[in-house]
Amino acid sequence: MRQSDDKLRCSFCGSSKNEVKILIAGPSVYICNGCIDICIEIVVDDSRQTGRPLGLALPVLTPAENIMSRVEPSRAHKHEKHSGGAEMEFIEKSCVMTTADMNRVLARMSSQIVENNPDLSNVLLVGIRRRGVPLAERLAARIKEMDSVKVATGALDITLYRDDLSTVGERPVVNKTELPANITGKTIILVDDVLYTGRTIRAAMDELIDFGRPRRVQLAVLIDRGWRELPIQADYIGKYVTTTEKEIIKVMLPEFDETEQVLLVEQK
Amino acid sequence: MVNGGKRFCPHSPLPTPYSLFVRMPLKRKDLLGIADLSPEEINFILDTAETFRDVNQRQIKKVPTLRGKTVINLFFEASTRTRTSFEIAAKRLSADAINVAASTSSVVKGETLVDTALNLQAMAPDAIVIRHSSSGAPHQIAKIVDAAVINAGDGAHEHPTQALLDALTIRGAKGRVAGLKVAIVGDVLHSRVARSNAHLLSKLGAHVALAGPRTLLPFGLEKRIAPAEGSVTFADNINEAIKDADVVMMLRIQLERQSGGFFPSLREYSIHYGLNRRRLELAKDDAIVLHPGPINRGVEIDSDVADGPFSLILNQVENGVAVRMAVLYLLAGGE
Repeated sequence: MRQSDDKLRCSFCGSSKNEVKILIAGPSVYICNGCIDICIEIVVDDSRQTGRPLGLALPVLTPAENIMSRVEPSRAHKHEKHSGGAEMEFIEKSCVMTTADMNRVLARMSSQIVENNPDLSNVLLVGIRRRGVPLAERLAARIKEMDSVKVATGALDITLYRDDLSTVGERPVVNKTELPANITGKTIILVDDVLYTGRTIRAAMDELIDFGRPRRVQLAVLIDRGWRELPIQADYIGKYVTTTEKEIIKVMLPEFDETEQVLLVEQK
Repeated sequence: MVNGGKRFCPHSPLPTPYSLFVRMPLKRKDLLGIADLSPEEINFILDTAETFRDVNQRQIKKVPTLRGKTVINLFFEASTRTRTSFEIAAKRLSADAINVAASTSSVVKGETLVDTALNLQAMAPDAIVIRHSSSGAPHQIAKIVDAAVINAGDGAHEHPTQALLDALTIRGAKGRVAGLKVAIVGDVLHSRVARSNAHLLSKLGAHVALAGPRTLLPFGLEKRIAPAEGSVTFADNINEAIKDADVVMMLRIQLERQSGGFFPSLREYSIHYGLNRRRLELAKDDAIVLHPGPINRGVEIDSDVADGPFSLILNQVENGVAVRMAVLYLLAGGE
């Protein structure tokens, strides 16, 4: 016997179909989107506590559904001292972005940049070393295709501005920062591959300020993976990805890696 | 609340993303000499110094990298260039630099080197830069203090940061070090700069020709140079050393270390071993002239050469700050 819509209720929380966004039917049970979120939460929490792999085909969620933004726990966070520079081995968990996805995403981001910045001649795309640099160049190339304006690019190496230099065991390699002589009055768009703790962006902003006083600073990232430790957010985001803290987002670009894709991996 | 209401997050065993960067190969506490550095370590220091050279050209020549670190410059010998250079390097990295000159320290009251070092150690510096007239003094201090010890010249033994800045200058001008002919002319016997350079340049594949009055040449030095791609040889005379050289490095006569009698007079020395324009013509057309300073005009180098277009003597000083920033960053940066 088919029940009428208002009588369909989530078997877990009891909300009626009209009260929830999605109600999924199973064999004689129903579950609403809210309860699914809670289920994912439990699985993610369990994975965090036990270190067991997630066992979920990792959902790539849109911002509205991004449970991590709600799950974000208060973090008694200690930076573990990273010893040894041994090669790490990774288990590949899922492919977040293919080349085609990346192209689409970059096209969208560049049109957003054009939309938000009517005066493109005053815009400077600054890539954060290493992978932010080719991404900034690609965005500039896309904008040129679209608007036939050549947006200037630069590169920023934030090593000297890191806040964890006295805790990491060995000194990281310092690379060159390449910025035009004067950035005062410019609109700077920082470009990076992954937005994670926000500490890199903090360092990048500190470095920028040492070069001048930009009119405004915006942030474009290919992947936002959550887990912020500082109040920093991006203006242009390629994709939100739900992650656990153990997972690593590997953005692979032909400039540095053999392939072009974004992977979600976990250390072996 | 699901799951007991407790959200537990074990802190990550993983490095933060930016520490996935390439690891540096410099794994040592101190910089005591070039002799024990590998060519990879040398190149790594030089590459790092290139970046700091950029920092020195910015409008705001300061980065927060060594904030809260203390660098003590302990100089038992006179110095303007090296001490100022180390002080500026430390300050541009936001470290606190303290200068101790032997003439104003407790050394004049009879304190031994080891006691001075132990007392400084008690004040927990992160790096001690030391210059001393006795070879091996920095090595002794390095053994008893936790801080990074940087040799800023010990007797006639080594002056590693000088050799590094010379190499940076050569690399900047020539694009490479390997395969170049480098003439080092003058008082090689008393020169720690010459020794450090002989080690460094031969490790990087250059061919070093040493020349000077025979009384001022440390014959046998070549046997102490580790076999490398480059070479270290003694030239029969200065002209042979300078002939076809890519780099001519002149050394000062270190009268303060000499008991006298090594050569008849400064005037005679200048005529036979000084670098003048005519002599420089023996070198390659695009040869560069270096001098670790301080220069004695009219003795080992004529003014028109020292101030001439081939002279990179002031570039050396500029590169000195960058090299010392790199060394301080690599040795005093962490923990």
